[in-house]
Amino acid sequence: MDFETIIGLEVHAQMLTDTKIFCNCSTKFGGAPNSHTCPVCLGMPGVLPVLNKKVVEYAMKMALATHCEINTSCEFARKNYFYPDLPKGYQISQYAYPLAEHGHVLLDINGEQKKIGITRIHMEEDAGKLVHDEHNPVSYVDLNRTGVPLIEIVSEPDMRSPEEAADYLKRLHEILVYLEICDGNMEEGSFRCDANVSIRPRGQKEYGTRTELKNMNSFRNVQRALEYEIKRQQYLVENGETVIQETRLWNDAQGVTHSMRSKEEAHDYRYFPDPDLVPIIVDDDWVQKIKQDLPELPMTKRERFIKDYQIPAYDAGVLTADKALAFYYEEVVRLCNKPKAASNWIMGDVMRFLNEDKRSIRDCPIKAASLADMIELIEAGSISGKMAKEIVEDMYKTGKSPQDIIKDKGLVQITDEGELIKTITSIIEAGQAQVAEYRTGKEKVFGFFVGQVMKATKGKANPRLVNELLKKMLAE
Amino acid sequence: MHFNQLTIHELQKKIKEGSATATQITESVFSRIDAVEERVHSYIRLMKEGALADAAKADEDIQKGDIKPLTGIPVALKDILCTKGTLTTCGSRILHNFIPPYNATVVEKLKAAGAIFVGKANMDEFAMGSSTETSCFGPTRNPWDLERIPGGSSGGSAAAVAADECIASLGSDTGGSIRQPAALCGVIGMKPTYGRVSRFGLIAFASSLDQIGPFTKDVEDCAIMMNVLAGYDPKESTSVDMAVPDYREFVGRDIKGWKIGIPKEYFIEGIDPEVTAAIKKAISVIEQSGGQCVDISLPHTQYCVAVYYIIAPAEASSNLARYDGVRYGFRATDVRELLEMYKKSRGQGFGAEVKRRVMIGTYALSAGYYDAYYKKGSQVRALIKKDFEEAFKQCDVILTPTTPTPAFKIGEKTDDPLQMYLSDVFTISANLAGIPGVSVPCGYSSGGLPIGLQFLAGHFEEGKLIQVSSAYETNAKIEKRRPAL
Repeated sequence: MDFETIIGLEVHAQMLTDTKIFCNCSTKFGGAPNSHTCPVCLGMPGVLPVLNKKVVEYAMKMALATHCEINTSCEFARKNYFYPDLPKGYQISQYAYPLAEHGHVLLDINGEQKKIGITRIHMEEDAGKLVHDEHNPVSYVDLNRTGVPLIEIVSEPDMRSPEEAADYLKRLHEILVYLEICDGNMEEGSFRCDANVSIRPRGQKEYGTRTELKNMNSFRNVQRALEYEIKRQQYLVENGETVIQETRLWNDAQGVTHSMRSKEEAHDYRYFPDPDLVPIIVDDDWVQKIKQDLPELPMTKRERFIKDYQIPAYDAGVLTADKALAFYYEEVVRLCNKPKAASNWIMGDVMRFLNEDKRSIRDCPIKAASLADMIELIEAGSISGKMAKEIVEDMYKTGKSPQDIIKDKGLVQITDEGELIKTITSIIEAGQAQVAEYRTGKEKVFGFFVGQVMKATKGKANPRLVNELLKKMLAE
Repeated sequence: MHFNQLTIHELQKKIKEGSATATQITESVFSRIDAVEERVHSYIRLMKEGALADAAKADEDIQKGDIKPLTGIPVALKDILCTKGTLTTCGSRILHNFIPPYNATVVEKLKAAGAIFVGKANMDEFAMGSSTETSCFGPTRNPWDLERIPGGSSGGSAAAVAADECIASLGSDTGGSIRQPAALCGVIGMKPTYGRVSRFGLIAFASSLDQIGPFTKDVEDCAIMMNVLAGYDPKESTSVDMAVPDYREFVGRDIKGWKIGIPKEYFIEGIDPEVTAAIKKAISVIEQSGGQCVDISLPHTQYCVAVYYIIAPAEASSNLARYDGVRYGFRATDVRELLEMYKKSRGQGFGAEVKRRVMIGTYALSAGYYDAYYKKGSQVRALIKKDFEEAFKQCDVILTPTTPTPAFKIGEKTDDPLQMYLSDVFTISANLAGIPGVSVPCGYSSGGLPIGLQFLAGHFEEGKLIQVSSAYETNAKIEKRRPAL
């Protein structure tokens, strides 16, 4: 049977505010257990929450960046359930009246744009975490994370494959990081995702029964878990069994999903408006102010790169995936005005070095100006591409300018015709057999001669000149 | 006359004249406590050592001429108010060992004004009750008749003032918990406008209804206390940032030309005839004072109790979820797993009335019932609020009885929660509407029990309440009696 997959995602992103959403405690990750706590986030008797306005502004940024409508009035609600990592016995979240609704994100699927709807974006507080003693039947509670601000971004069930889901996630991630409102660290949990997935026979209008997947802490795991779950559901349907509505946990080590709780066991959260907080009124002036401060977003930047720099869509995609990388690229181009060469060098050597060292472009030892200088030296014929490969590695290792490295190593390119003619003459003399082959039309042999010249000159020969001279001299 | 029997303004005068010291006043309060507390049981915990030390410091200040509004005045705090370093139990076993690391904002304010803390006053567990019988520390008795309840939930605070075991006290009022015990104990009790006095550090019962207010021996003292308590608090989101008038300026002003609304819905069957008679007498005093009584209607009054017993328990069910035995307070021993710990800690830590309300509230918020109960309740609450808005277009203040009857006997209503709930029938509406109200003594029953009169005013019109209460107090000339203890 031919099935269609329906996927919707719920993303939780931790906001990069200095302090928590309802108190003045630090949001820093780590720290001794319970060191970033106060009576408010510990849920002690009689204490009250006071909203951190920054959280609203950060959430508004994301709402505007994903084309949501921001509600003029929204409110916090209590989500009631018992768990030791939830000190008040309820989480302050938003329910009936979220901050923003009806947005979308555009995906680029094989050159075609696809719109993924965003149902809503709302603000809430994070819970703490439990630490289980491995050797004793004891659990500890660390409430440092309690009250750290989150936004939840709920998508429409618009994705049709695990790849689309992963793509959507990457776009959201990219936007959040671009806006500098979330560090996007999936391992530390600052960017988390739950997925709702169902299948239906292609052509059927009604959705099939969905399952909710949790515990996927990387883009890859989201894709793997979805792939597994789709197969599982297909197997059930094809064998005459039914998919039951439930929450399932992804087990990374085993590569499978396990049932966590069924619909019947689902909590009744007894949401109601939090009487300790007043409705948030968002007027147009506030929205305009936030709008004005929005940076250029990845999609817009990508399109601009393709148009202004005439680079391939692929290059533009890679270069804009990280805001700092895009900034670096633009700096290099501004200085050398060679957009394609700059893209090649950055996407090739520079990113390879960085990836090997797991470094960010922010920590790249090669200054944008140095890379621009090097590209200009190649263009001017002062160094060959081969030499440049060596030089750029030195630049990465030492942080020196290309000029200094060339000077230190005596790497200046040989552009003296007389000197090259001498070298070529002796190579031709030594390689008479190959000369004969070349003259019978085996042009592949030409490469052999280029190689020999480069070897003899230790790569310093100007390749254009070598080509020119070799062609002329071999024809004689 | 003993110092402990005097009012704040009388004692301040003596302190300024040098005819009383903070230490003498405090000692007189504690000697009264020694004499009567065993019978009345106003307090859960006394703070004698700290009080005497603070009194000594206050005397040094007085010597230097540094006399603040409450310097040297012994005040009792309802045990629902967090006191840094001092046990705060809320009348519950579940908080039997809870020592807050912070002060409630009102505690800070009283401290800054020079007040001396006598102790933590008894109360119904988590302020849920109208008789102070649900306290896990046993009931408080009405100083006027030890067989009777003092009202509740702030029964300890009211009894302490009535029995002269302090000069003034603080209570909290969610559905009448200040005004009702004030009426039954024959003292002044004011519930300010929601948002007027900070709730920070007040252990929450029903967050949208709770409000802290004072118990005092006369109206002027009420104004003095309100001057200290009122004001914006950045630690509370529902606190209102609005200028606070000097409430003392409203004391002694007349009410000539004022319109006093008499809502027909508050004069119903079932009111004790002696209460009706006392209120009628009060109405004539008001008219003799220059006020003009007008008939008004608050058409949704009959729904107040029903709405209250949905909204308040719903909020309480959520507010009390934090008492889970994990971080502080009572934790059941001999448990093997989490759910058992929750069940046993809460099962053993909470009393019957608290459990009843948590269950009612949980039910009212449950999926499938929310719309029929909580949502509908909120809608009716809006109508009740509107009733008052309309009413205050026709009158300056509203006059009603505070309670349908004088104090009832201990144990009389404990088996009948509905009857108990009805003792707040006249006070609940002010909490639902968020308006201020005050109960003022207006006479005694033939059995010698105090009867209270309630005035209600529009939002942030505490000044009007002080003015009308003061005019009434002056002109009614209610015979000043003291409970025979």
